Amino acid sequence: MTEKKDVSKQEKKSEIPKTGESRKAAEGERAIRPPVDIFEDESGITVQADMPGVSKDRLQIQIEGDNLSFTGNVDIQVSEGMDALYADIRSTAYRRSFSLSRELDAEHCEAQLNNGVLTLRIPRRKEHKPRKIEVQAS
Amino acid sequence: MFDVLSVLDDSRFDEFRRIRRELDESFDATPFARSIRSVASGTYPPVNVGSTPDELDVYVFAAGVDPKSLDISVQQNVLSISGERKPIHEEGAKYYRHERFDGAFRRVVTLPDDADPEQVDATYRDGVLRIAIKRRESARPRRIEVK
Repeated sequence: MTEKKDVSKQEKKSEIPKTGESRKAAEGERAIRPPVDIFEDESGITVQADMPGVSKDRLQIQIEGDNLSFTGNVDIQVSEGMDALYADIRSTAYRRSFSLSRELDAEHCEAQLNNGVLTLRIPRRKEHKPRKIEVQAS
Repeated sequence: MFDVLSVLDDSRFDEFRRIRRELDESFDATPFARSIRSVASGTYPPVNVGSTPDELDVYVFAAGVDPKSLDISVQQNVLSISGERKPIHEEGAKYYRHERFDGAFRRVVTLPDDADPEQVDATYRDGVLRIAIKRRESARPRRIEVK
């Protein structure tokens, strides 16, 4: 028989997150700060974060005012009665946040989760797209 | 006279040593010696190893990897996992942060002696590679009936 729980939690069984409580769990325990790439082009900003083990239904992206945060919980199938021999990953939660600036259009933020990599695309507001200013020769 | 100096110096360095020891312990909290094949913390990809009486499970947290690029091999009791994560560089994009790993990687795990290299099963889901290695029958705990 197998049941879903996380391998890294073998030493602290009481903290096994349950589905639906992912946000609570992510805030309670010491979450992993996922590594990110952030780059900008003319139409907006892209954020990519490594969150291996997180499925779509255990990922939460929140934008509150100027604050962008994303949290996720690791969901890995682990055999019953497993002992941890070695663990680099010692938490089941990921959490990271950034503050946005006003020219970004958070309302139209798009997210994709692919093989544990979260990609967030935050477009720039239309009226804020760069305008080239010509210097008039007098 | 030098004795006095050295005593003073020592006590001052003792404090540094104590702080360093405490830091080392908190980052590397194991009373056991590290494996000869161990890597510095933060190395991509992180690995967890779990054990049950029937099998060993190795979890490789390799997000964003094409499963076809993964190369898994078991030789005697040494499991090695290598692969490559292709960097995505957008034309004309300006980077603010570049924390994610790019390029080729390799992790090696020494398995217990009873791991059976003939019975290995690997799956990749949500960026986690799970390698299940069965233990040899003979090594499994056996219940002995008293006659």
